[in-house]
Amino acid sequence: MKEETVIKVEGLTKVFGDFTAVNKISFHVRKGEIFGFLGANGAGKTTAMKMLIGISAPSSGSANVAGFDVYTQTEDIKKSIGYMSQKFALYDDLTVKENIRFFGGIYGLSKARISQKSNLLIEELGLEKVAHSLVGSLPLGWKQKIAFSVSLLHDPKIVFLDEPTGGVDPITRRQFWEMIYKAANNGTTIFVTTHYMDEAEYCDRVSIMVDGNIEALDTPKNLKTHFGSDSMNEVFLKLARS
Amino acid sequence: MKRFFGFVQKEFYHIFRDRRSLFILFGMPVAQIMLFGFAITNEINNVDIAILDRSQDASTKEIISKISSSDYFSILQHIKEEAEIEEVFKNGKVKAVLYFEKEFSKKLIKQHTAKVQIVTDATDPNVANTISNYINSILSNYQEEQNRSITLVYQIVPQSRMVFNAELKSVYMFVPGVMTVILMLVSAMMTSISITREKELGTMEILLVSPLNPFQVIIGKVFPYIFLSIINAAAIVILSIFVFHVPVNGSLFLLGLESVLFIVTSLALGILISTISTTQQMAMMISLMGLMLPVILLSGFIFPISSMPVPLQVISNIVPAKWFIVIVKGIMLKGVGIRIVWKETLVLLGMTLLFIGLSVRKYKIRLE
Repeated sequence: MKEETVIKVEGLTKVFGDFTAVNKISFHVRKGEIFGFLGANGAGKTTAMKMLIGISAPSSGSANVAGFDVYTQTEDIKKSIGYMSQKFALYDDLTVKENIRFFGGIYGLSKARISQKSNLLIEELGLEKVAHSLVGSLPLGWKQKIAFSVSLLHDPKIVFLDEPTGGVDPITRRQFWEMIYKAANNGTTIFVTTHYMDEAEYCDRVSIMVDGNIEALDTPKNLKTHFGSDSMNEVFLKLARS
Repeated sequence: MKRFFGFVQKEFYHIFRDRRSLFILFGMPVAQIMLFGFAITNEINNVDIAILDRSQDASTKEIISKISSSDYFSILQHIKEEAEIEEVFKNGKVKAVLYFEKEFSKKLIKQHTAKVQIVTDATDPNVANTISNYINSILSNYQEEQNRSITLVYQIVPQSRMVFNAELKSVYMFVPGVMTVILMLVSAMMTSISITREKELGTMEILLVSPLNPFQVIIGKVFPYIFLSIINAAAIVILSIFVFHVPVNGSLFLLGLESVLFIVTSLALGILISTISTTQQMAMMISLMGLMLPVILLSGFIFPISSMPVPLQVISNIVPAKWFIVIVKGIMLKGVGIRIVWKETLVLLGMTLLFIGLSVRKYKIRLE
């Protein structure tokens, strides 16, 4: 079986004035892969991600996301990707169903499709009782799950998750990763940034950014062997301190 | 188009589920127009005054009865001593004291002059001024009556006629002002707050990553407020016509068009504010300090621009509200058409284009 590449990045660079936030990074992500994008705060991972999702123009280099070019085809990219930020941004003053309807609507799904999808989603997450409650009244863990499901509504090829587990308790985080696995098994590519090194272990491959450069990129297992460490945490610390 | 409709629907959910914004949208216009129309007024009615009459003769009695029979004044008390004047003012009820000198009648007949002093409580200078003017005119009226038999050699007879607002109703002056304040408040403040709220919550990011383009997002956010502002403008005009009997002498259609223009000006300002503020609080402060104060103080709404110091007069030219108030007064009270207000309209149009241009330049897709 031929492995399809869904993200191709070559020498991608972003410069703000004198400051190089992202310095000639290159990597490929395969279809259905869970790709961990790690780095300390300010290492440039958010900037890199913004270029890939089409809301920030690169300074130089090339990138192709879901078969579209980040310079000229940002509109097509936006249609083929899902995005969830660390704020689990849903509208607090809209009910669960209204949020689903709204986000389905802006991705251009038909009414019938939205209602079918929203019933499925509510059933899967066991939200029947709160479907008509305002999102603002739900606990953070639920919001996170709903936000993730909403980002998958339009069946995107790739989902970008920007620190999706911030502020959530370990049990909920575990459940959340199960949702991620399920999506990846269905063929959705997951591109995830995270602070939590234990989460890095769940990824198929991880890249570690330090000061705008990708310093390491491999499977967690290979990385641990290569750096002679027991955990990703140690790997990360060795890289960040060197 | 369907996407846009969904977006607008969501925007209405936000508005109707937030009591605060509902109040600003619908409570404020009605409350303001009622307040300005009924409570806040420059006219005086039944002002309590005191009399200190040293003569107690025919002339003073006649003057006093003239004053007390007018609707403007009611005589609360008579005092005996000069020392009491301060006392009655300090008690606070009496706004003016009329002080007739001794032998008023006798002096009037023999020396042809007699003195009466009007002492007013100037803690409220506008009211004091008005009271003093009213008493003066009652006195000169009395004087005229006495002089009827005598023919003066020179006589200037001033005849004043107040056009466009013959009864000098202050509500005539407030309606255009209140309309301006409300439209500014609803359009600029509410939009800037609602856009920055999306930034604060992080939903703006989600919207920008979606296939909606940034201009669709902004237009979708602004559209409900255009709609609500038009309803507000109409409500104010209807209230002022039917409750306060303010006439609309000019074309209602032109008034409507000019209002829409001003709404768009305010919305453009609101968008501009949202591009420079990162939090809802900041947007609200900028709107209040940067928009509401100039609208109330520098637009000619309450204080006439012509009596401001020159630097302020110059500054008032950059306040969009100033031009809109001139237009509304022209159309509603003077009944003029576009032939007269085209210059002001052009200025507003220019400002609108400038604000839109600035917002587009500032509206970079910059997140944090």
